[in-house]
Amino acid sequence: MKTWPSIGRLRWGWFLTGAVTLLVLPVFTDTHTPTVLLIWALFALSLGLMWGYAGLLSFGHSAYFGLGAYTYAVAVINIGESTGPLLLAILIPAAVAAVIGAMMFYGRISDVYMGVITLVVTLILFKFMNATAGDQYAIGDARLGGFNGMPGFHVLNVPGLPEASLFGTPMYYVAAAVLLGCYLLSRWILARSFGRVLVGIRENEARCELLGYSVPAYKTAIFTISAAMAGLAGCLFANWAEIVTPGVFALKSAAEVIIWVIVGGLGTLIGPVLGAMALGMVKLLLGEQTVIDNSLILGAILVVVVLAIPRGVVPAVQGWWRGRARVRAQRKVHARPRRRLQSAQAERV
Amino acid sequence: MDYTAVVFLEILYMIAFIALISAGLAIVFGMMRVINLAHGEFVMLGGYTTLACERAGIDIWFAMLVIAPLVVALVGLVVERLVIRFLYGRMIDAMLATWGLSLLLIGVVTLIFGSSAVSVPAPIPGYQLGGYQMGGYNLFIIGVTLLVYLAMWLTLRYTRVGLVARGAMQSAEVAASLGYNPRTVYMITFTVGAALSGLAGGILAPLTGLLPSSGGAYIAEAFIAVITGGAGAVIAGTLASSGIFGAVQQLVSFAHGPVLGDIVMLALAIILLRLMPQGISGRFFRNGQ
Repeated sequence: MKTWPSIGRLRWGWFLTGAVTLLVLPVFTDTHTPTVLLIWALFALSLGLMWGYAGLLSFGHSAYFGLGAYTYAVAVINIGESTGPLLLAILIPAAVAAVIGAMMFYGRISDVYMGVITLVVTLILFKFMNATAGDQYAIGDARLGGFNGMPGFHVLNVPGLPEASLFGTPMYYVAAAVLLGCYLLSRWILARSFGRVLVGIRENEARCELLGYSVPAYKTAIFTISAAMAGLAGCLFANWAEIVTPGVFALKSAAEVIIWVIVGGLGTLIGPVLGAMALGMVKLLLGEQTVIDNSLILGAILVVVVLAIPRGVVPAVQGWWRGRARVRAQRKVHARPRRRLQSAQAERV
Repeated sequence: MDYTAVVFLEILYMIAFIALISAGLAIVFGMMRVINLAHGEFVMLGGYTTLACERAGIDIWFAMLVIAPLVVALVGLVVERLVIRFLYGRMIDAMLATWGLSLLLIGVVTLIFGSSAVSVPAPIPGYQLGGYQMGGYNLFIIGVTLLVYLAMWLTLRYTRVGLVARGAMQSAEVAASLGYNPRTVYMITFTVGAALSGLAGGILAPLTGLLPSSGGAYIAEAFIAVITGGAGAVIAGTLASSGIFGAVQQLVSFAHGPVLGDIVMLALAIILLRLMPQGISGRFFRNGQ
């Protein structure tokens, strides 16, 4: 029997079920909405990997999402063919995160202080991008456009074929493949000793330091990886929306991704993905009606989740499931000894 | 000469503005290590309370100085009882829950007042300074800020209540063994913090205008000022960071425009935190209040 390669705690059965579902979905429904849900899921996955496993909460992860989106738009307007811009949209957020991460982690900044710095980075980008309305704010041929953003750039094309643009259902499949790929990558990272050390840092930083691991280096590395993933999500989002506005850096989008991750479940990878999809869907549905305000519902969800299920929905369900399994197993264990006991008593008699 | 005076007054106003919007957050963070991310919405609620009173024909001074703090204090009390009290000692969870609360409050205010910008008339007319037209109301805000911080300092330093509050902050267990329930102290502290936020919102409403989402503008600055100030000595720390940020923001704004002013201020916050990871007060005022 050929066994699948083991990637940590990856369940191939669930993974393939998810992949097949994504594959056949376009048969049943329009792909426009599912595409953006996949992109948001990727964004949430990037934060969930860093926050859930290394214990690093970035309050402004939208900075890297937005940087990815802007980098792609600027680069594709200047270059034309989309392969280079796509790579840049991963590399530039990663580079920025590496610098900021190194500055924070080698400076031993953690907790709220890290929260402030990551938030401030987003705010700076937000203020700056909003103020870039004039003609003097241009990178090459690309005008940054201030509050109105940057419309009208080329969407992704098949690498090497600038005419073969990807939109609609092909774009959906690109987003699905990227999400599945990043999920596997995250699982692989966590299965390596690198990932084990990250979890160790989350659990006890001093102990990891004393065991000889350079905690700042590990933190900077995962921050960079996470930002690269967020940048990729931002790039895909720019392609989906076909416009980039400073709104990607706003406090609201920084808050949203945190809500998705915490509701879905910290310390899992599937939790953030499902959380982003479900709450993204809720957001889109709420956006269609005007009776009740969108943020009221999201806010209420966040408060209730933090109070009632602070670990998130997925870990809570998993815990409940395992608890049931344990009870069943115990019943079996208890059933046998009683019989043995009876037979032992019978022998004695 | 006139221009220098104008710049000086504007800097003073900016410092007062940051210090005023940070006061409520500083008290809550300093006492209980809870970052209340709904703080901006408390300020915003203070503004809307003033607006509602003004529309109902109540004297605007009474509305902003008495009713706004009371209403927001009540909201703060309800929030503390329903949400915050379960989250003491869980800093990140408390931040997330209050973030949710902030979204919720924005939604509620949008439902009641609509999402368009509204304004409250300033009750003090402007005055002439040389060739420049100045807002007289700015001076009032500087005065109120001074009084608020003076009152905070005197209360914490010289009253029985302040002593108990500082005691509960230093060691909740010792305070409890002396017969003061730390939970009650926390509840009162949070309510007082909310009242200060309401006061700030009430008196700033005529200057800033009101939007349901305007809390977001306050929370960022207040959050940065309080954290950079540090938890060691909240009042001194927050005043120090407000002074630095306000002065830098206004000076750069006069030279290169307000956007760069904001950006330089934010960048400075990053640098300050990098140099002093425990905040300004953790570095300089270790023993003082």
